[in-house]
Amino acid sequence: MRDLFRKRRMWKFSSELKKRYDVVIVGGGAHGLATAHYLAKHGVTDVAILEKGYIGSGAAGRNTTILRSNYKTPEGARFYDASVKLYEGLATELDFNLLFSQCGHLTLAHTDRAMFVMANRAEVNRLEGIDSRLIGPDEVQELAPSMYVGSDTTYPIMGALYHPPGGIIRHDAVVWGFARSAWEAGVELHPYTEVTGLRREGDRITGVETAQGTVEAGTILNCTAGWSSLLCDMAGVQLPITTHILQACVTEPVKRFLDVVVVSSQMHVYISQSDRGEFVMGSEIEPWTTYRMQNTLNFLQDLTRHTLELFPQLERARLLRAWAGLCDLSPDYSPILGRTEVENFHVSAGWGTYGFKAAPIVGKTLAELVATGRTPDLIAPFALERFYEDRLVSELAAAAVSH
Amino acid sequence: MSYVLTCPNCGPREVTDFGFGGEVTTRPSGHPSPRELNTYIYFRRNVAGPQREWWVHRSGCGAWFLAERDTRTNEVKWTALPEDAPGAATPDPVSSGEAR
Ligand SMILES: Cc1cc2nc3c(=O)[nH]c(=O)nc-3n(C[C@H](O)[C@H](O)[C@H](O)COP(=O)(O)OP(=O)(O)OC[C@H]3O[C@@H](n4cnc5c(N)ncnc54)[C@H](O)[C@@H]3O)c2cc1C
Ligand SMILES: [Zn+2]
Repeated sequence: MRDLFRKRRMWKFSSELKKRYDVVIVGGGAHGLATAHYLAKHGVTDVAILEKGYIGSGAAGRNTTILRSNYKTPEGARFYDASVKLYEGLATELDFNLLFSQCGHLTLAHTDRAMFVMANRAEVNRLEGIDSRLIGPDEVQELAPSMYVGSDTTYPIMGALYHPPGGIIRHDAVVWGFARSAWEAGVELHPYTEVTGLRREGDRITGVETAQGTVEAGTILNCTAGWSSLLCDMAGVQLPITTHILQACVTEPVKRFLDVVVVSSQMHVYISQSDRGEFVMGSEIEPWTTYRMQNTLNFLQDLTRHTLELFPQLERARLLRAWAGLCDLSPDYSPILGRTEVENFHVSAGWGTYGFKAAPIVGKTLAELVATGRTPDLIAPFALERFYEDRLVSELAAAAVSH
Repeated sequence: MSYVLTCPNCGPREVTDFGFGGEVTTRPSGHPSPRELNTYIYFRRNVAGPQREWWVHRSGCGAWFLAERDTRTNEVKWTALPEDAPGAATPDPVSSGEAR
């Protein structure tokens, strides 16, 4: 019993920076930490994670934790599916309860056009071996008996794309689990250590500047998500990214009455009920770019109006918190992953509103790239170079709003 | 908080009244290579700091205008019709921003 209340230290922060590391990872979010975890499996442990805030202070600690793989392009579906598969074994691998529930994921269709697009997506998914199918209103009602599916609403429900392996996970636990594993393997965690500049000589980065001093690194990984453009700029690398806020909020806990994740792009909402009973809700990004993580009142007004159409039961539920996080949006809603024109500077960016689900596969593939020098096939379609050549991997409609 | 922008024609309005047209970019001149064109179309500076950007008064007079806004604070320094904007001549709106 006493053990329940004991504070356990899962990792220790390293106080001083060494002069040099084999790998410096900038960004202590899910991607940076996962990459350190998988690097250790290749025996690469002379690694430092430099994080300007606390570990998990970025989007990793602000997202709405939806995991799924029913994307629109074969490249995307394959990639995210590999990630969900890794997530399925992650609690065991990290020896940490991640509260992953594959409760099923519904993307609602309110128009003929949406039904058509989703039928198409279900076909692509099934070709990749992903459980995904179009269902009618009756089955929607069966899966979400508490949801209002009547026809007297602004956007009546015509059907949904149903993705049984989709679900939710405890995001903080993922961050802590990866951080502990990396630290146990010998990786140094440096919170409150902001990278302020990169020294570039020719096509190599020779120094990473921080307020605590400059360090050398064999390889530098940009895992700063919403801040990616800024770090790339320090390296003289341009990105096709714009940074926006995405907002979310959570109600007080209520008795369980929703077992699936519900998403509607037309209504700009996605809703799930956490293991604690809270309703977690989010909408879409603000159209203007910004680095200021602050909520807007319009967000709360629109989101609650739409949510109440689907779940009138929540009318008296109180909101506990609302927050905003940064999203690094790419032109085709697919990630930018791997090499840049700078030989020892790789990037993981373009995660928009959907990058949390990718953390394990990003870590695994980036680690492989660093350890072997070869770009894994799975991420080859997501090279930065594609924008210069106009070979996009368009996830528009499958990624926007739907997380 | 959302913020307020001043339409050069109509005056101060909530930001939700407007469409965002993205940062001001420079169109390549002459006969650009495909690579130069794709750079122009897709790549952005995405600065954290003062940014010169396009807006359109969508729920109002419909005019396109320029603004300088600090993306760290969302503080708007000025707004002006293109011909009245301080500083250099300004190119056309970015197509990708308005399409959203
Ligand atoms: C409200 C919201 C809801 C979301 N919902 C979902 C969802 O349901 N499903 C999903 O898959 N995805 C979702 N996302 C997206 C997902 O959270 C992100 O794509 C993902 O977390 C990004 O990877 P990360 O965790 O490594 O990034 P982050 O956690 O943002 O890590 C980047 C880190 O880099 C640090 N950093 C930046 N600049 C510097 C510097 N110069 N020096 C040192 N450190 C620096 C930052 O402080 C930050 O901690 C959501 C995002 C938001 C904001
Ligand atoms: Zn006007």
